[in-house]
Order: sequence, then structure tokens, then C-alpha cells
Amino acid sequence: MAFALETDNLGKVFDDGFIALREVSLRARAGEFLTLLGPSGSGKTTMLRVLAGFEKPTSGSVWIGAKLVADGSRFVPPEQRKVGMVFQDYALFPHVDVASNIGFGLRVDAAQRDKQVRRMLDMVGLPKFSERMPHELSGGQQQRVALARALAPNPDVLLLDEPFSNLDSDLRAHIRNDVREILRETETTAIFVTHDQEEALSLSDEIAVIYEGSLLQLAAPHIIYNRPGSIQVAKLIGEANVLPARAQGLTARSRLGEVKLYHPRNGEVSLMIRPEALHIDHLDETGVPAKVQWREFFGHNQRVGLALGDGTELVAWTGVERYIRRGDRVHVSLGMPVLAYDAVE
Amino acid sequence: MQLSEVIPPRLRPNWHYPHVLSRWHFGAAQATQLIGLAVVAVVMIPISLLALRAAGAGQEGIDYLLRPRTLLIVGNSISLMLAATGLATSIAVPFAWLTARCDLPGRRIWLALGLAAMVIPSYLVAVTYSEAFGPRGIVQGLLEPFGAQRLPGIKGFVGATLTLGVVSFPYIALPLRSALLQCDRSLEEAGHSLGLGRWGVFRQITVPQLRPALSAGMLLAALYILSDFGAVAVMQYNAFTRAIFLQTESFRMDKASLLALVLIVMALALLVMQSRMAGRGRHFRIGSGASRRLEVVRLGKWRYLAVAFCGAVVLAGVVIPIIVLFSWLVGRQMTNPVHIPLSLLAGNTISVSALAAIVVTVAALPLALLAMRRANRANRWLVNIAYAGNVLPGIVVALALVSFASQNLLSLYQTLPLLILGYAVRYLPLSISATESAFAQINPRFEEAGRSMGLGRLAVLARITVPLARGGILAGMALVFLNVMKELPTTLILRPIGFRTFATRIWSAYDEAFLSTIALPGLALILASALVLLIVLRQEDILD
Repeated sequence: MAFALETDNLGKVFDDGFIALREVSLRARAGEFLTLLGPSGSGKTTMLRVLAGFEKPTSGSVWIGAKLVADGSRFVPPEQRKVGMVFQDYALFPHVDVASNIGFGLRVDAAQRDKQVRRMLDMVGLPKFSERMPHELSGGQQQRVALARALAPNPDVLLLDEPFSNLDSDLRAHIRNDVREILRETETTAIFVTHDQEEALSLSDEIAVIYEGSLLQLAAPHIIYNRPGSIQVAKLIGEANVLPARAQGLTARSRLGEVKLYHPRNGEVSLMIRPEALHIDHLDETGVPAKVQWREFFGHNQRVGLALGDGTELVAWTGVERYIRRGDRVHVSLGMPVLAYDAVE
Repeated sequence: MQLSEVIPPRLRPNWHYPHVLSRWHFGAAQATQLIGLAVVAVVMIPISLLALRAAGAGQEGIDYLLRPRTLLIVGNSISLMLAATGLATSIAVPFAWLTARCDLPGRRIWLALGLAAMVIPSYLVAVTYSEAFGPRGIVQGLLEPFGAQRLPGIKGFVGATLTLGVVSFPYIALPLRSALLQCDRSLEEAGHSLGLGRWGVFRQITVPQLRPALSAGMLLAALYILSDFGAVAVMQYNAFTRAIFLQTESFRMDKASLLALVLIVMALALLVMQSRMAGRGRHFRIGSGASRRLEVVRLGKWRYLAVAFCGAVVLAGVVIPIIVLFSWLVGRQMTNPVHIPLSLLAGNTISVSALAAIVVTVAALPLALLAMRRANRANRWLVNIAYAGNVLPGIVVALALVSFASQNLLSLYQTLPLLILGYAVRYLPLSISATESAFAQINPRFEEAGRSMGLGRLAVLARITVPLARGGILAGMALVFLNVMKELPTTLILRPIGFRTFATRIWSAYDEAFLSTIALPGLALILASALVLLIVLRQEDILD
């Protein structure tokens, strides 16, 4: 199957010697929503700029569709890549109105351009805004116009650089669902950069976890979360308790007693335990005794800090039907098998 | 589950190649560089000739330069430059701030009138000042009831400083005002929110944002002052340009070119200072969306002082010269026997200025692009060399071009193209500076957005970069037009025989002391320039 976008051992070293990307190989299927997720400075924005053609890679290659756009001997400039881009600050041209912004990249006759601009404005839900100037729009409206502008020339791939980071949270949740819906309808292949895990997990078909210029894992959100490829990925995506243990087959001994493993392992391992896997009970004495250090209440659930007898600290997410206070003595147990990795530290 | 398990590595070599360019790529950059190089080469012809001539003097030349009289000229020029730039800056900074950010009553009018000081040629201002403040001038007449029979006059350092400070302040005020208007309000608000008071915000947030505009403006003013001929000649202050003029007038070309060479060296020193000062700041907005309107500072009762300040600026820059010119128009003076119709002078002046402005603006574009988007060391120097053209006194440029044409290209001798070339050498920096500042304000994301929408480099330049920078580019073009219009020495030397402009007419009349003959071309020059200035200010929305 042909990929809509593909990179092979992509590397980028800046003039000052900073290594922004290290041998990144990833691919996106047609119509897929692929998220590059990583903390700031991890290289995800550089990755996007290399894909767009704003930066030249120092090694490796980039394919868009079946077309090789960058390698050692070839460099296709951005305007010939059929790649749309939505910028973090939108970069709407301040000197022309909304309609001209959207029609900027269209090389068709005036009637067809008007038609396409109207179509795009309808699509993003701003049918009456064509004659507004960018500075007359709210942040959310600018965002929609930026999307319409990027999609108007029917790009093969759409690149989005943290496009929701400048919106307030109510609007953000709303707009990102709209954007996702539009991309689904138009069957656009999208590469999306964010450092927001929730955004990545909820929107993406696939997530590429990038850290210090390297690709750590590329997989669907539920796999990234439930079966992270490494402890590092587990810690980058969601919260993770890491406990040392000694494994034998499908069980391991740890400070939480005997726990079940997903995969058979032997010897020293590190267990990765998601906070919601921990079960807390005041009465049930099947688990290990622990003391509640702190609690954060979120309404739909609560986050609880626990200390075991030997000082080991754990974080648990639990339901709110039970009233938990600081200083409570509870019992902690594991209700499900956990993942074991090569021992760390 | 690692990636390598999902995707088998391709059976292809892993390319490694040197990083080449970041923002621009390949041919476009080199083509721009080549065009820039060509422009600089053309500009450099007169300077190279000058250097050759100076070098031909050898030991004799060195002896001449080390003579106390020559060193005195250097000191004179430096002290004039420092004093007049200081005066211009102290006028420009409050003026720009008041007209950009404050609720100054009638600020559009103050702005237009204040900037009009720029359109009055220095020699015209100097002539009227030396008359008004002269031993028996208008000021003496006003003071006579108080017992002033005779004033000391202001010829020399004081007169030259006063004239050049007043005349050159708009070169600082204009870019500074644009920068003030383009400051990001949210940055100032962020400063307030971080606990800075109004003064703290001004010093730590506003000023750093303004520094490129301010230093570029001050450099421009200093260069203008250093290379001005008119005011210095009229005030009989022995700075470089006057000394060079006196030498060339007596056909001592070697000495003239030696002096000119020292002047060029001083200018280069200025340029190095400027590039140090300006730093590497990139001044585009990085916040979200479009900029918001700027906060207007309420002056309260300080506005009387503000109005008084602006009034004084306008009085010095515009009112005094015009009043004096009118007094010559109505006063009884000797009649000049040579009559030339005003319409002929006007036609010549306007057409030659427009032509020069277009040529210079087009030539400046590649250099500004190089300086802004590809500011490596080589390109920076290329642009700095182009800047040097502005410090060449018009008269030296003109003489170098004349000797070049008469020796190597006789077909150009005493032609319009040679005259235009002279203007171009002199005023290219004005246009580069304006264009460069305008480019500096553009967020590179705009250009990238255009590229990602399928526009090539030229299309991005034509449809995004230049339209966004239009204001700055047109402002630069207007500045060139105004300056060519009043340019004296270049026109005097390079014009085709019998080709007369307002400037040459005024000069010959002053030379022959027909003050009434100065009045009409002088007023016409002021009026025409004021109209152009008004049109430009309108177009720029500066007066909105």
C-alpha cells in the first residue's frame, strides 16, 4: 500500500551543530490523521518544517505520495509539494481580506476561485466572512480561515503546527473536533504537531512520539497508551508508576506483592503501572497497606498520592464515590496484568 | 514494540549531504546575490576611481593628510556630525512618540508640518537662517526695541549644527514613528503585568523593539550631516564637503580625492558601529492572530508643553525659512538679469526626480532582500558598501563620474543617464534602509504560508513580501524623490549643458546675491515637495 507521506532516516543538523532530528522514519496512510507528539524542543516542529520544505534535511529522504521530494540530490521547493500548512500563529496575510487569503493559492479563473472560496467558507462555517480583514476576526475564526486557506488548493498532505495552542480551552475542544470532522470529510491526510497529550490521544489515528529528535514509537493512540514501547514513552504519554520487580514467567514479585504480567519475562524488570490500574480500598485488606499523602479532586475522578510502608510513592486515579482524605490508611491492589520492561535505573 | 518492527528499513543508502540554505534555496539566492553585486559594482565605480586617484598621490598624499589643517577639518566634521545628530535625535524622539502614541491635539497636522522640515533643502534653510539670525536680520529687527543694534550672527559651527539638526531630524522621526506604531501592544501589556511601570515598559520593552529603527534613523541622519554640502557651504564652516569643494573649485583634484577618501573611511566606521548597535534582533510578531490597536497615551495638561514643542519644531523647520523667502519676494532687491520660466524649471526637476526614484527603488530591492533574509557576513558587507554611496558628498560622486565618462565613456558625458547614475549612487541607501526595515517587520511565516500554497519565490515576493512592505518601500521611494529634487552638488556638476532645476537656479542666484531670485524657486521647491510629502503620507495612512 502506498503511503501518503513517508520519511526514511530523516536527519537535520542545524548550522550551529544542534541535532534536531535523528534518523526519523515514519509514514502516514492516505486520509490518516498522524500526530507528532513530544515536549517542546523535541524536534517535532522541525520535522514539520522539513516535510513542508522550509528546512532542508541533512540526511535521509521524504516522499509525498509516490513523489520523492527530498534526498541527497533532490530538493523540491515548498510550492511544488502540494502540502498545505496551518501555522501556530495562523499567519493570515494581514494585507488582504478573508476571501483573498483563502484564494491565494488557487491558480484558476476568477469564477472558479470564488466558488472554491465560498465552498471553503461554508465548510468552516464562516459563510458571511469573505470580506472581513484578518484583524477583524476572533482567534477561533482566524483558525478556521487558516484551515480553509490551507485546504483550498486541495493539498495532498496538510501540516498543522500546534494550531489550537492559541485558543482558550472551551473553544479549543470545540474547534479541534470541528477541524477533525472537516479533515475526515475531505479525507485529508494530516500531520499534526502538538505537545498536548489529550489532544493527541483524542484526535489521532496514529501518534508518533518524538523525543530529543528521535522517533520513539509510532502507533495508534490506544496502543501508545496501553502498550507503550518503552518506559520513556509511557512517561511521556499519560502518567506512569514505575516499580522494580523480579519476574518469573507471567508473574512478578514487587512492592505491590505478586502481580500478573502481560508477557512472560524472567529476571529483573521494571513494571509500568498506570494510575487508573491501582485499586484503593479502606476496608478490603487484600492489597498492600499505604498512606494517602495528598489528593486532587477533579469532579469526575480524583488523583491520589500514596506512600507504601517502605516509602515508595505511587499515584492512583480513582472514582469519586469514595471519600478519601489526606492521612487515610488504605490498601492498594492491582486489578489487572501489567507491562514489564527491561529494568531501568 | 519499536518502529523497526513495524517498518522494515528501506534498502537504500542513507544520504548525507551538507546543509546548504535555510530560508531560501539555491538559484534564487545566488541570482539575488548576483544582481546585488551588479548594483553595488555600478555604485562603486566612482568610489574606485576616487581611490585610484587618491592612491596616486603616494607619500605626498599622506603628508597632506597629516597636516594640522587637514586634521582640523576632520575634527570639524566629527564635532558637527555629533552635535547635529544629537540635536536631530533630541527633536525626533519626542516628536515621533508624540505623533505616534499620544493624544496630541492636531497630531496629523503637526506630523505633516514637522516632516516638511525634511523637504526644505539644507542650503535654503541655511541661507534663510543666516539671514534671519544675521547681524541685521529679522531676529535683530525684533530685538531692536530691547537695544540689540547688531547680533553676532550664526555663521560657522552653531549655524551649521542648527541647520543640519533641524533638517535631518525627520530621517530619525519617520522610521521611529513607524516602529512605534508597529510595536506589539500585548508585549507592553505583558510588561505591565510583570510589574513594570510605564517608564519600565518603555525602557525594557518599547525601546528594544525600536532600536533597529532608531539606530537606522540616526545613522541616516549622521550620514546626511557628514555628506551635506549646502548648509556647510552657506555657513562657511570648514567641514569636509566644503574643503573638498574649495579644492575642486581650484582644480586640486588629488587633494580633493584624498579628503574624500578620509570621509569614506569615517562613513565605514559609522556603518560598522551601526551594525553592532542594531544587533541581530528579528522583529516580527510571534503572538497569535492579528495585532491589536495600540494604546493611546493621555497627555493631560502636559499637552500644552507637547504642542509648544511641536510648534517650536515647525517654526524652526518650516515657518522661518518660508517667512524669510516671502520677505525676499516682496522686499526691494536687485533684479536678476537672467530670466528663466518657472514651468521649465519645474518640469525638469520633477521628471528627473521621478526617474531617479524609480531606478533607485528597483535597484535597492535585491540588496534589501539580501540584507534581511540572508544576512550572512558577505551579504551584510555588500549592503554596507552600497550604504557607503550615501556618504560620498554629491560633488565627489559627480566629479568621479564626470572624469569616468570623459575618459572612458564619452557617450555618457553630460547626459541624463549619467545624472541619474549620480543620484542613484547617492540615494540608494535611503531606499535600501526603508525597504530593509519594512522587510524586517514581516513575519517569515507569511512567506512560508505562500510557499506552501504553491507560490514560487518570485510570486511570494510579488504577492506577499512586497505588498506587506509596500509602505516602507514607497516611503523610501518618496524620500529618494524628495532628495533628488533638492540635490545641489550632483546636479550642478553632472547636468547636461543648459539643464536647469530649482536647485541649480537657487545656487547660482545665491552665488550672485540675487536674493529675490532665490525666493520663487525656493518657495516652488518647498510647495512641490510638500505636495509630494502629503500624497505619500496619505497613501501611507500616516495621516489617518
